[in-house]
Amino acid sequence: MAEKSKINQILSKFENDETRLMDILLSINVMQGYISQKDMQDISVLLGISMAQVQETATFYHFISTTPRGKYNIYLDNSITAVMKGRAEVKEAFEQFCGTTFGKVSEEGMFGLYDTSCIGMNDQEPAAIINDKVFTNLTPYRVKHLVEDMRAGKSPNDLMYEDYGNGNNADPDVKAMVNNHIRKKSIILKDDYQPFSFLKTKLKEYTPERVVKEIEASNLRGRGGAGFPTGLKWRFGRRTDGKHRVIICNADEGEPGTFKDRVLLTEYPELIFEGMVVAAFATGSDIGLLYLRYEYKYLLRFLNRKLAEMRKKHFLGKDIAGIGDFDFDIRIQLGAGAYICGEESALIESLEGKRGEPRDKPPFPVEKGYLGYPTIVNNVETLATAVKILHHGAEWYAGFGTKDSLGTKLLSISGDCRYPGIYEVEWGTTIREILAMSGAADVQAIQVGGPSGMIIGMKDINNMDNSKLMKWYKPSGMMIAEKFFNRKLSYSDLPTGGSIMIFNNSRDLLGEVVMNFMDFFIEESCGSCSTCRNMPLIMKNKLQKILDGNGVSQDIYDLLNWGKVLKASRCGLGQTAGNPILSSIFHFRHLYEQRIQSLTQFDSGFDLEKATERAGKFVHKKPVFHHF
Amino acid sequence: MENLENKIKINLDGKIIYARKGSTIVEAARENGIYIPTFCHFEGTDPKACCRICSVKINNRLMTSCTTPVTAGMEIESNTEELKDFRKSIVELLFVSGNHFCPTCEKSGNCELQALAYRFKMLVPRFPFSFPRKEADASNPKIIKEQNRCIACKRCIKTIHDEQGRHYFAYKNRGQHLEVVLDPVLGASISDALAKRAMENCPVGSILYKGKGFDQPIGTRKYDKQPIGSEIENQS
Repeated sequence: MAEKSKINQILSKFENDETRLMDILLSINVMQGYISQKDMQDISVLLGISMAQVQETATFYHFISTTPRGKYNIYLDNSITAVMKGRAEVKEAFEQFCGTTFGKVSEEGMFGLYDTSCIGMNDQEPAAIINDKVFTNLTPYRVKHLVEDMRAGKSPNDLMYEDYGNGNNADPDVKAMVNNHIRKKSIILKDDYQPFSFLKTKLKEYTPERVVKEIEASNLRGRGGAGFPTGLKWRFGRRTDGKHRVIICNADEGEPGTFKDRVLLTEYPELIFEGMVVAAFATGSDIGLLYLRYEYKYLLRFLNRKLAEMRKKHFLGKDIAGIGDFDFDIRIQLGAGAYICGEESALIESLEGKRGEPRDKPPFPVEKGYLGYPTIVNNVETLATAVKILHHGAEWYAGFGTKDSLGTKLLSISGDCRYPGIYEVEWGTTIREILAMSGAADVQAIQVGGPSGMIIGMKDINNMDNSKLMKWYKPSGMMIAEKFFNRKLSYSDLPTGGSIMIFNNSRDLLGEVVMNFMDFFIEESCGSCSTCRNMPLIMKNKLQKILDGNGVSQDIYDLLNWGKVLKASRCGLGQTAGNPILSSIFHFRHLYEQRIQSLTQFDSGFDLEKATERAGKFVHKKPVFHHF
Repeated sequence: MENLENKIKINLDGKIIYARKGSTIVEAARENGIYIPTFCHFEGTDPKACCRICSVKINNRLMTSCTTPVTAGMEIESNTEELKDFRKSIVELLFVSGNHFCPTCEKSGNCELQALAYRFKMLVPRFPFSFPRKEADASNPKIIKEQNRCIACKRCIKTIHDEQGRHYFAYKNRGQHLEVVLDPVLGASISDALAKRAMENCPVGSILYKGKGFDQPIGTRKYDKQPIGSEIENQS
């Protein structure tokens, strides 16, 4: 429990502003490891809200705790790519050496062990966050030494067992053992970028209208996955009147299997910030916010230093780059562990200090966003691409990609391949080419677009009425079978936010992959919609029934029918929360058919022989079963 | 003749109706004697659209009718077989994800969840019961918060607050662990009137006013006499 004076201090730092509740809670969380009931009460009195309201925000986020945590808190990534690289052994090692189990704090209060959703390190799994520092490529051996060092009281920085990673990962303000793994460079990742050169030299010649027109001409679409035309978004934002206008950079990269923004933020922060300034110029915005996911907190000091440098050079602040009346500044808001905050309206709620619950649309953020002001939310990659387009012109940009999807896309490739990492490819690249460039062999399935996308597989599925199914489950990405490996990444064929996870033939797609994805959605649902709060768990239990060998063919149809209910959810998470199961039925129906009792129509829901086994032992009799 | 100024024409299930400009689809339907079921929507507060039961189809897209404003010429599907079944499944979903034992519940007959189950002729939910372990919080002097029956509709959160706008109720946790809790500090001094209103506003029996119950015999209550929605459908 924090002393009241300390809480007073923190609150006055944030001017007793209710909308800064996230920062207030995070500050206390850092100071003492958790937020007590008394702290929440003190905060509520000072903010003039009820304790329950403070608790509402505090209990929503994974990295904010309302019970005491350990001196060292270990958040072990539980994404599927970690599972595939030996997470189970690492987890066991942590439990053994720390002397506690996951979800708990060890007796002496030394270690807290927690599962955590994808931390964006899929190319170097298993990985964990220990006291806000990232540790990658974990093995049981390394865990043993880590725990010994922690017991000896070493600081997180002194725990590093590898050299700092390449590029800016070795920067004194980063000091992370994370590696970039940039495997293929094209127009965004090319080294020809001179920070702020467009801002310095060319922006003066542009009117805001011309910037918007140039972006519109390039046909740039949002790179977060949804693909909304960026120029149009900027135009909408510009058109709406407001006392202020807001540019938000969405760096809450939470889709499992995506880590491109991590690399962009590490290596090209200037490009992103320049993109934000240009977007502000085009839309007449004066408030800039970058929402950084908590998992990337290790980059926060570094990014703030970059912002300070920009202020010194007058690329932020008043009369930016000598342009009169162009005032704009950027603040970085740290998230606190919630996948759903990657959804733009949930992100805005979180920025306002509330639980990250998506809003109903309309109104869209461009009409009524952060604090009610017109707000433009862009993905990290979108902003970076915009600068490149403005620098070289829309015409140049049209030379890359396909007719309906211009330019390039950063792919985060992980899983069963020799070279996991970041690949910048032109739109129109086929799945087969991606497999070749990443060195993947013996592939069973590929997950395009993360769990909320769909699974695409190898085997041919001829006996299905696909057209009917596809009507309902229009994919946003997919788990792909080989039959579809010639499909192209593009907005008209396979749109994607860039997550590509590869599974070879040794993987248990249903038991390992699909179950992992369902757990992810169950954990990350905000819980507001009745559909998304309840349905994924029911579907997961049904899948478990099939995996246990108790399923009948009706169960497959139930899953398909029940999944429809999710389509009524408010946001993308809820609408796609059934996709791992639905898309795997679509592409890998044979895996389901193999596991059900194909000859029975009677649904017992359990194994009769197993259920009567114990009773039989007592009476020394084995009942006779008649199977129908 | 009704004044059609300030009204716009919309098409609801093939029927042309006139709606007030700026009204939502739910309001427009109700004003025309057409019932669209709602849970979380509560008249006089901003809609929150968290139960999704009022979903309708516009251009083949599901939209919540409590939040979507009418526009001229809008074509809306509401009372189709598909949507009726969808709404029924939401009711069933809420039943299996809590512990709802109507015969012993003080709200029986006044409960909207129960009433909708009757309206949709629910016999056995299609989903398996989950029988979650939940507790009742009776620590407040005036209110019992029975978590087994809560459907997290947010009505109490939206409607029950003090003069300074502080909420008595709020969400806690997320996902399947989401629950609505009563503030222990602020709630300790809740007035009788407000506590009773909290119970009235709750669509189910999750918020109960302590001290006196079963005032009105079961069998004579609101939805015992006529099905939910008929007050709208039978208006002249």
